[in-house]
Amino acid sequence: MNEQGISIISFGYFEHAFLEKIADSVSREFMLPVQIREGHFDLSEYYDPARRQYNGNLLLKEVDAKYSSDSGKTFGLFYVDLFIPILTYIFGQAFLGGRTAIASIYRLSNERYGLKETDNSLKERFTKEVVHELGHTFGLIHCHVPACVMSSSTYVEDIDQKSANLCIKCRTQLLDQAIQ
Amino acid sequence: MAKKISILIVDDEPSVRDSLYNWFIEDGYRVECAENAKAALTMVESDTFDIILADIKMPGMDGLEMLRRIKSLRKDSIVIVMTAFATVDTAVQALKDGAFDYVTKPFDPDDLSHLIRNASKQITLSEENEALKERVVSLENIEDLIGNSAAMQSVLKEVESVAQSSSSVIITGESGTGKELIARAIHSNSPRRFFPMVSVHCGALTESLLESELFGHEKGAFTGAMYNRKGRFEMADGGTIFLDEIATISSKMQIELLRVLESKSFIRVGGNKEITSDFRVICATNRDLKSMVVSGTFREDLYYRLNVVNIEIPPLRERIEDIPLLVDYFIRKYCTSMNRLPVSIEPSALKRLQEFDFPGNIRELENMVERAIVVGNGKKITLKDLPLQKSMIVNSLESLDDVEKNHIIQTLINHEWNISQTARALKVDRVTLYNKIRKYNLKPLE
Repeated sequence: MNEQGISIISFGYFEHAFLEKIADSVSREFMLPVQIREGHFDLSEYYDPARRQYNGNLLLKEVDAKYSSDSGKTFGLFYVDLFIPILTYIFGQAFLGGRTAIASIYRLSNERYGLKETDNSLKERFTKEVVHELGHTFGLIHCHVPACVMSSSTYVEDIDQKSANLCIKCRTQLLDQAIQ
Repeated sequence: MAKKISILIVDDEPSVRDSLYNWFIEDGYRVECAENAKAALTMVESDTFDIILADIKMPGMDGLEMLRRIKSLRKDSIVIVMTAFATVDTAVQALKDGAFDYVTKPFDPDDLSHLIRNASKQITLSEENEALKERVVSLENIEDLIGNSAAMQSVLKEVESVAQSSSSVIITGESGTGKELIARAIHSNSPRRFFPMVSVHCGALTESLLESELFGHEKGAFTGAMYNRKGRFEMADGGTIFLDEIATISSKMQIELLRVLESKSFIRVGGNKEITSDFRVICATNRDLKSMVVSGTFREDLYYRLNVVNIEIPPLRERIEDIPLLVDYFIRKYCTSMNRLPVSIEPSALKRLQEFDFPGNIRELENMVERAIVVGNGKKITLKDLPLQKSMIVNSLESLDDVEKNHIIQTLINHEWNISQTARALKVDRVTLYNKIRKYNLKPLE
């Protein structure tokens, strides 16, 4: 793990208290300092009019090129609907063992599925998604422990089934990496 | 995953190869890519791939021709073909030529996961087939189930024997005994372990919400339903659905549930298409379902449908010999998660824990250990770190009336049955106290 910590960059408006909460969880989980910044892109460049979605692969590369440095991890927060060419949608995307990850809050809201919105569930889901994708940047792969934040989530309800924390096995792997 | 499954992606579009590559390495697979059929065939000749995911429309040799050649080279290879232009003819042809499955681009993340899990299951099962004949079955992935006591070993034996079947199971036990962990152990030792175990906490949902959760809904089913949404039964396809607090569901939901269990099919809210799902059902409750059947609050037919196997988890007070192991496990768990060196526990504190009756069972013990690590000196858990006074812990089995009655008796004894002093201590007037004494028929001890 590097000395400089994790940068969370919001692209679009997110409440400051919300960002603080995410930063807090991330800092606790990865035992690293976290700083929050704002980023600006012209998102229309990444918009695919045929799919009416934004290309997650391109956005990840762009955040990596413009905002990341070799000495830390960088996380881009978005509020638009993300896809990658082969899949209908994604919640987030990361370079495995790399320095950059992104996630979007778009598909995490209950309202999208016609259910009553609860502020907490949205925030909890997004926090889990951020910790999950950051876990990938630290080289963690999907975990088979259902409660582990690194377990795979392809449906929004999958996210609700897991906790926001790493299981013992993933945490040990993270600590082993830090020692190395 | 015991063995790392290898996947070869064959597609002429770099963005598709990159997307799939990134998706699969996050799942822990070994992944290689080829940009055309010719390159893929060269790779298949020199390396072994468990799953080959190939586009049909490629310049040069197309995916179907490549499929035939791969099958002649390696008969057992699992080939999944994908295309953006789906036609029934090409699908049928691909399957006739030995493709494992056929998908249309772009696909849902969930469908992709399901597809690969299906393929992985086939690979792993055929590899395990021979070994299993020789091997003594032993439980795996049960690191959270701690206990050497005879009571716990008997539960684990039941888990072992029931895991291999698809029978419905009811897990009973007091609150905090680990019913969901037992359900997970059954699932992760069953042939269904490659598919999800989906949990539903029935007690936390209203009837209408539970219906939508279980069956899902179609886009436009009601205001604000912008997307189709799979229900839990659908999500559990191939796997297990765990219905916690089953005793709390309404009589209407009991009928619905019985129908789904019998037909393994249902219709999403707002939909008209019947959906089938192959799931195993495991339920849990801390209530006596049999007596609920007798009193008419739980359907008898549903009870017998669910209660093919009953596993009863003993309360912690009936297996106190497991407490040292559990304490050791929770210490390791929380010290790791708090990034601390492991602490030890004083023998007197451990002894006191073994004397405590733990109405909240393992959950209560776990909370106690976690708290002790947080408030303790960082080296050793002592008696003072443990909140073991009875008065600090609410006995979850007592009714509100019992709690009130016991509290009034205790206060009366403390004030030697002086009604005025007792009423002042309880912050009620004397008439109220007299009424309570009459209600509970309280009398001073001789």
